[in-house]
Amino acid sequence: MSSRPAPTASTASADDAPERLGLVMRAVSLRHGNAAETVQALDDVDLTVRPGELAAVVGPSGAGKSSLLAVAGGLARPDHGTVTVAGQDMTVPSRRTRTELRRRHVGFVFQSGNLLPALTAADQLRLPLRLGPRSQRSGRDPLELLADVGMADKAGRRPHQLSGGERQRVGIARALVTEPSVLLVDEPTAALDRARSHEIVQLLAHEARQRSVAVVMVTHDHDVLQYCDTVYEMVDGKLAASS
Amino acid sequence: MFLAIRELSFARLRFALMGAVIALIAVLMVMLSGLSVGLVRDGVSGLQNLPVTSFAFAHDVQRDSAFSRSVVDLSAVDEWSAQPGVAEAAPFGNTLVNTRTDRGTEIDLALFGVQPDSFLSPSVSQGERLGTEDGIVVSPTALDAGLRMGDTVTIDRLGTRLRVVGVTEQQDTFGHVDVAYVPLAAWQAIKSGTAPGTALPQRAATEITAVAVRADDGKSVDLSAGDTAAGTESLTLKESYGASPGYTAETTTLQLIQGFLYAISALVAGAFFAVWAIQRKPEVAVLRALGASTGWVLRDALTQALVLLAAAVAVGVGIGLALGALITGSGIPFALSMPSISAAGVGLVVLGLIGAGAAVIRITSVDPATALGGNR
Ligand SMILES: Nc1ncnc2c1ncn2[C@@H]1O[C@H](COP(=O)(O)OP(=O)(O)O)[C@@H](O)[C@H]1O
Ligand SMILES: [Mg+2]
Repeated sequence: MSSRPAPTASTASADDAPERLGLVMRAVSLRHGNAAETVQALDDVDLTVRPGELAAVVGPSGAGKSSLLAVAGGLARPDHGTVTVAGQDMTVPSRRTRTELRRRHVGFVFQSGNLLPALTAADQLRLPLRLGPRSQRSGRDPLELLADVGMADKAGRRPHQLSGGERQRVGIARALVTEPSVLLVDEPTAALDRARSHEIVQLLAHEARQRSVAVVMVTHDHDVLQYCDTVYEMVDGKLAASS
Repeated sequence: MFLAIRELSFARLRFALMGAVIALIAVLMVMLSGLSVGLVRDGVSGLQNLPVTSFAFAHDVQRDSAFSRSVVDLSAVDEWSAQPGVAEAAPFGNTLVNTRTDRGTEIDLALFGVQPDSFLSPSVSQGERLGTEDGIVVSPTALDAGLRMGDTVTIDRLGTRLRVVGVTEQQDTFGHVDVAYVPLAAWQAIKSGTAPGTALPQRAATEITAVAVRADDGKSVDLSAGDTAAGTESLTLKESYGASPGYTAETTTLQLIQGFLYAISALVAGAFFAVWAIQRKPEVAVLRALGASTGWVLRDALTQALVLLAAAVAVGVGIGLALGALITGSGIPFALSMPSISAAGVGLVVLGLIGAGAAVIRITSVDPATALGGNR
């Protein structure tokens, strides 16, 4: 992709390349820190994830994996490079615009679920649908989606009444409820045992294919890479395809 | 609203504790309001009920004790009557006396000396209006204090005897003392210390405390022009409250306490929501990462504060009104006034909201990237 897509291109036309509907990062660099001490968190990163693809990113602690997700989802602006999600520029200076793009096109799944303690599982899913203006409140049915991730009978429970694996299922469902183009997942199995980890990653792979979502999953867990379509390795901010 | 109300019910114990503090402040506020309205009524209701727009006192009189010190010549009344915009002007005399009934009941009276045929002569709820030489019309509160219709009271030392012929329609008190309207001639005798049966000295017959002025309806009188013409110094009716004994000291003390309560409620709300905002930082980061705008997060937090404050103040005011109803009529100067209580309630909510707003504004600085499993 040589030129930036027009910011208004929100829907795909027939001649759109399929990767345009997913995540495209080109020559992305990000530095953290101040003048005295800087860290090159991302160093000339290129990454393309197509709809329906589950891409894994592995690498040691501090390699820049979370930074990659932050930039991909518009939580942070890169110093250089381009990032598009569903054809939309995620590096625009306006925080408000990036927030709106994130609300409409990006789903985040966090390390320990990061559910809101006051909300029941069903309300966790209703919340993202209520963040936008009334006219934009379309999405999947929360209870149906909870059933899809195997949580139908626990819709009324709050996070403290759920196990780690159950919390992660609710977290995945919450990220999917707005029907995002891209799902960004940060170490979803960090707090889970082996069996639970496999279930969660299988669920992610299933949803990615079923819903044609481009998924980037950061993980420490080499055990679960068998479920992923592509595997990247990150070291010192540099991303490379893994063998 | 979606998140705000769910958090309120989830963390209900924590919010209830905070609400209880605000509710207690609201109870105190109602009590103070009742006390200050009661004290004002006790202090100046006699003046409030007069159909008067301003008083003309002696030139250069000390303002905070004008009613007891001022001496004005009767001729000033005619001067004031002639002023443009003045509907009526009449002589007004004021003196505090200690009296005792023939049954031995001691009672203090604030004598309002007025001409029985002037506009100052009060209408009565029982008995007859001013007219007879020694007949007085007293405030109904004097009856509570042990006075009866038809009683004769004797003024201490002087020995002047006055007969209760009528009772005014509502509470008339001045400096916490029951008002007794007395014919101007009798007042002049008492004020000048003229014993019964002795002729009134020439000079005393021309001396009054002030000229009571009533402006034409909807018109205002040029007070300084009138003062120049009559050689007097005018205070509007409201300004004259400050000349009633103890009035300024009492009201400023209560206002000071009320001011402190407002400040305390803002600080309490601010401190509570500051702690709450810090605890919620990770949650706010998640909300922002999910696509909540800053405005959404702020609206939600302020709605929460508003619901909490309004509910707590409503409960507190309710308790305060119930307690106030018990106190009213128990002898303590206390009166529940809905406008004043509503204003205090709204004030508490608004100041609490300002405190909460100052605290929750800091959540706008939360970096949504912190929601990710960061490595720092
Ligand atoms: N906000 C920040 N300020 C300063 N340094 C940061 C910040 N965020 C991350 N870093 C640094 O950037 C590097 C990459 O961090 P991160 O993306 O969290 O790595 P990973 O998720 O792979 O562990 C680390 O050296 C980390 O210390
Ligand atoms: Mg990380």
